[in-house]
Amino acid sequence: MNAQPAEQLQARHITLHFGGVAALSDVSLNVRQGEILAIIGPNGAGKTSLLNCISGLYRPQSGELIFFKDGHAHNLLRLRPHHIARLGIARAFQNIELFRHMTVLENIMLGRHVHMRGNVLTCGLYWWRQQEEEIRHRRRVEEIIDFLEIENIRHKPVGTLAYGLQKRVEVARALALDPEILLLDEPMAGMNVEEKEDMARFILDINQEWDVTVVLIEHDMGVVMDLSDRVVVLDFGRVIAEGRPDEIRHNPLVVQAYLGDEALMEHLA
Amino acid sequence: MESGIFFTDYRADMALRRKPAQQVRLGLFIALLLIFPFVASPYGLTLANQIGIATIGAIGLNILVGYTGQISLGQGAFMAVGAYTSGILAARLGVPFWLSIPIACLVTAGVGVIFGLPSLRLKGLYLAMATLAAQEIVEWVITHWTSLTGGTEALVVPAPTLLGARVNTDFRFYWIILLAAGFTALFTANLFRSRVGRAFVAIRDQDIAAEVIGVNIFFYKLLAFATSSFFVGLAGALTAHYRSIISWERFTIEVSILYLAMIIIGGLGTINGSFFGAAFMILLPAFINNVGRTLRDVAPLVATLLPAVQQGVFGAVLIFFLIVEPEGLAKLWRNIKDYFYVWPFSY
Repeated sequence: MNAQPAEQLQARHITLHFGGVAALSDVSLNVRQGEILAIIGPNGAGKTSLLNCISGLYRPQSGELIFFKDGHAHNLLRLRPHHIARLGIARAFQNIELFRHMTVLENIMLGRHVHMRGNVLTCGLYWWRQQEEEIRHRRRVEEIIDFLEIENIRHKPVGTLAYGLQKRVEVARALALDPEILLLDEPMAGMNVEEKEDMARFILDINQEWDVTVVLIEHDMGVVMDLSDRVVVLDFGRVIAEGRPDEIRHNPLVVQAYLGDEALMEHLA
Repeated sequence: MESGIFFTDYRADMALRRKPAQQVRLGLFIALLLIFPFVASPYGLTLANQIGIATIGAIGLNILVGYTGQISLGQGAFMAVGAYTSGILAARLGVPFWLSIPIACLVTAGVGVIFGLPSLRLKGLYLAMATLAAQEIVEWVITHWTSLTGGTEALVVPAPTLLGARVNTDFRFYWIILLAAGFTALFTANLFRSRVGRAFVAIRDQDIAAEVIGVNIFFYKLLAFATSSFFVGLAGALTAHYRSIISWERFTIEVSILYLAMIIIGGLGTINGSFFGAAFMILLPAFINNVGRTLRDVAPLVATLLPAVQQGVFGAVLIFFLIVEPEGLAKLWRNIKDYFYVWPFSY
């Protein structure tokens, strides 16, 4: 690993209000190439709002959000969500947001949408050109299916699947984008220990083998401390701490933010 | 008993009809369609042609409502645009029908995009209201732009000629409609197993997630309106040439609602459902009519009540079918297939 990895995404002084409520105030943070960055904080601290700004779903009132790719700096705040996806920022949601009536395969194929070119004519006349493209991208999708071990459910409608599997399909869909940065919003919420361990391994593999930067929101402190290279702590829409997991563990501000939460205190202590 | 379906290449796995039984059924259906006009009565042919046109219109509407989740009450208006465009081109400018119909489809697609613009901000019932406005506007334009459309007067459309022969009988028209309906069904089936169709369904299921995965939802919503209107315009244009007389009364809000009922009864977001719905909505009134006529001789009282009873029975049967299977006739058909597929071990 380099001594000083390149910065890939910079949030500069992001401020986001809803009416009179400040969801984010003056939030600045850097995401470095190839790291796993965890964003933690109590409920309502603004973690998901921050991801929504990165995905282009929320427009902050002020600040800058710069994504560096191939020597270019893109200001994400000027772009619509589908442009941001096209640049290589993929997202798995907190509440599962899959296309419920589609099969697992079709869901993941949608992750290939930005890499495909088929238009209404080539799709309608399928055999002319589209079939070849569909098969080419199907190969990539099958690699992801293989990687996440969901071969046996590929033709099932996702609406019928168990919760843990749906979470996995959502990660698969985001991964099919071949992203530079993968935003994961509580990928392990509601999972049992075994499913969590599987997911943790997948996240590490995605990061290390596939070379994808991961930004992770997670409440399970054990997971956060084990997985992440760096941790950013939000509280009431402000960054109160940033650093390596062992630094965060002993930061008095963080301890104070979580004060009263016995389980978390144990992890931090 | 099968243990499952397994393929060794993606091409076969992605085929429209994956199982042998499906392929046989489709083959039989096509054979039936080819034999039908030679054995059917003139009345049967008339009904078949109506069903064919309605199927095209229903598939068109299903692309928008069933697959993309954008409610439209403008079906009648879009059919009118197709019918009048092709009709005027043929009647006033002498454009041959094989050219006037595609032009009509493209014009309708364009009009569909314009009236689809509200969908960029509106959803659900609010969008339905906006498309209702489209319906009213188009009706108003047709009845008031007298110099172009003939206003409230009927527009006479000459019978199309193909290879020197006038296509003026049900038998001859059958082949044109069959070709058009076959093309519509195949095109749509292809669309929804590839990139563009997936984007449409994604917008229906989860528009925000679709955007975040890279689907430009503004573009694809308008594209859905265009694609849908293209086929609705085709149905309208065929109606014009088939009926040879068109007037605005054929394309009112009632038509919009009838088509919505068709795809709901048949099955939203299915192609065979569009066909089932169209057949059902055209055959049911015809059937009730025939039963009424037969009963008239036995019980004269029926004859006087018939018109009232007809509407009532029609409504009652619709409700009955919806209660039996809320997901439509296509689902009912699937249930029947599933039953025999696992028979006699139905667990």
